[in-house]
Amino acid sequence: MNILVILKHVPDLVEELEINAEGTDLDRSWMRYIPSEYDEHALEQAILLKEEHGGTVTALTLQIGEVEDTLFTASAKGADRLVRIEGDFEGISSRNAAAVYADHVRRNSYDLILTGVQAYDDLEGPVGARLAAMLALPYVGVVSGLHVDPTAGVVHLHKEYPGGMLTVIRTELPAVVGIQSAMKPPRYVPIAKIRQASKSAAIEEADAPADALQPAPYNIRRVSKPQSGGRAEMIEGSTDDIAVRLLEIFTEHGLVR
Amino acid sequence: MNTSIFVIAEHLEGRLADMVFEMLGKARAIADADGGQVTAVLAGYDVSSLTATLGAADTVILIHDELLAEFAPQPYVRVLARLISERKPGLLLVGSTSMGLDLAPALSTELDAPMISSCVDITTEGDDYVLTSQLYGGKIMTETAVTGETVIAQILPGVFRMEDGQKEGTPEVETVGADMQPEDFRMRFENFIKPKAGDLDITQAPILVSVGRGIQTQENIELAQQLADTMGGVVSSSRPIVDQDWLPVTRQVGKSGMTVKPRLYLALGISGAPEHVEGMKNADLIVAVNTDPDAPIFSVAHYGAVADIFDVIPALSDHLAEKTS
Ligand SMILES: Cc1cc2nc3c(=O)[nH]c(=O)nc-3n(C[C@H](O)[C@H](O)[C@H](O)COP(=O)(O)OP(=O)(O)OC[C@H]3O[C@@H](n4cnc5c(N)ncnc54)[C@H](O)[C@@H]3O)c2cc1C
Ligand SMILES: Nc1ncnc2c1ncn2[C@@H]1O[C@H](COP(=O)(O)O)[C@@H](O)[C@H]1O
Repeated sequence: MNILVILKHVPDLVEELEINAEGTDLDRSWMRYIPSEYDEHALEQAILLKEEHGGTVTALTLQIGEVEDTLFTASAKGADRLVRIEGDFEGISSRNAAAVYADHVRRNSYDLILTGVQAYDDLEGPVGARLAAMLALPYVGVVSGLHVDPTAGVVHLHKEYPGGMLTVIRTELPAVVGIQSAMKPPRYVPIAKIRQASKSAAIEEADAPADALQPAPYNIRRVSKPQSGGRAEMIEGSTDDIAVRLLEIFTEHGLVR
Repeated sequence: MNTSIFVIAEHLEGRLADMVFEMLGKARAIADADGGQVTAVLAGYDVSSLTATLGAADTVILIHDELLAEFAPQPYVRVLARLISERKPGLLLVGSTSMGLDLAPALSTELDAPMISSCVDITTEGDDYVLTSQLYGGKIMTETAVTGETVIAQILPGVFRMEDGQKEGTPEVETVGADMQPEDFRMRFENFIKPKAGDLDITQAPILVSVGRGIQTQENIELAQQLADTMGGVVSSSRPIVDQDWLPVTRQVGKSGMTVKPRLYLALGISGAPEHVEGMKNADLIVAVNTDPDAPIFSVAHYGAVADIFDVIPALSDHLAEKTS
């Protein structure tokens, strides 16, 4: 089974986000990017499937930030092929990203394409659904478990609903699946192994099709931090002051006696 | 401007999602201001009884087909894409829900219609819809002006008032056939897997001590457990804690977990992403402790402290012990 995993980089929320002078985008000049959380789950799921059924895992990224580390980490975890599409993709729309990926998929042969489900910087909805629509492939997202039946050429997908409810959807391969969580937590690989991968694994560089990038059908007028209205009453002071005040509040509300 | 507004009336196990009423209320307000029409689109099999609570809409389009009995994206995208390309609403509202996350981007691509996700506000301006999205886990707002024959807005749950869209009474219903065969699709719904009972029910607990990624390790959850024990509460969590297998899924609060309304929700090291807030914002009292002064949880909490949970938890435990001894 040949599996493609699409990995996306998103701004790290641990860093303070700055807005550009025009107020129309984040200030990306010092931005630190990290892999989107659900993509790490998608990669984990791909490797679990490879361990179960054999085949290959290809990790694909657009060139945004320091994606090499992400690709070498994927290799250290068990990805066989690393592909990076070259170009200026910072802030690329989901629609355009999907068009770039669609071109790659058309020129390769995959049984299963795994993406994350919804990155927090996503203004246009999950890329996987768009990619599938462009390729006329089936797509199911918000998936937290799956079983492939290679002889029947189908996958049984567990789609999540509120309250821990799941539905099982049977889908023919090839298919695109948006992973919310892998069936096991993403594995940890030691830095030494990633460093080793950076020496032994090669990143294939590919070009984006010239016509993939279309102007957006919308205009981003303003990017801002949320108003602090309706904000919590903040408790100041030392740890002890905070604990005392919290206890007071709990007592006022009849929560402790 | 085209103020014919379609609202996708999603349902699961014979019940309309709360989200549907939130969207209908907002659609109603926009339509009333601009002289437009609100249409609820209800796709399913034998679901006509659900139209009885869709009174906030002017009309219901009921798409009835056995292949729509339970949700699978392909047949739903097929019938909705066809309907929208025929009727050309100016605005289509879809929930940012498990179903909506599959539907909206697929419809956007198939119809070549602009779509904006995570919307928390909609206004009109000339021929544009102006949509405000809450992105980056609630840390950034983006205002987008969108022009298009049909604009698709994916709405965050719990943002608009449900009561505004709750009106008894069946509006005019137009039933539409779907004319589909199982062979047309490469997927089908198979079955439900219901959550296993067994663990305790966090929706019933009056006090929830809830931990997020700030708790750092599985072992540290014990600190929260001790605090919960002293207070007569129960430990719940955000999604990453469950994804790490540190707590069972029955403890998860949020979009894909439980919706809770305890007397106290103590959020420890939880950032307050919209998917989490969706599940706890109606708690009677919300108290948040987080090292990040910009954490979005502080805009839903009643009280907050910018502090390290590893300082606050022991201090609070000590004071509690003193008080109760
Ligand atoms: C389709 C979908 C469904 C989802 N469903 C859910 C759901 O049901 N429930 C849910 O919770 N999430 C859900 N999510 C995920 C959600 O978007 C967030 O990623 C998640 O809620 C973040 O969890 P967190 O706040 O624990 O982690 P983070 O966002 O990483 O926040 C950790 C916080 O801890 C603080 N912190 C760190 N160390 C300390 C310390 N020592 N003391 C104090 N504070 C500290 C940090 O400042 C930070 O604010 C869903 C996402 C998607 C896409
Ligand atoms: N540049 C990109 N923009 C959007 N999605 C991407 C991009 N690159 C990869 N993706 C994949 O699509 C998934 C959904 O992301 P998003 O569409 O941003 O919600 C991600 O988790 C990735 O797997």
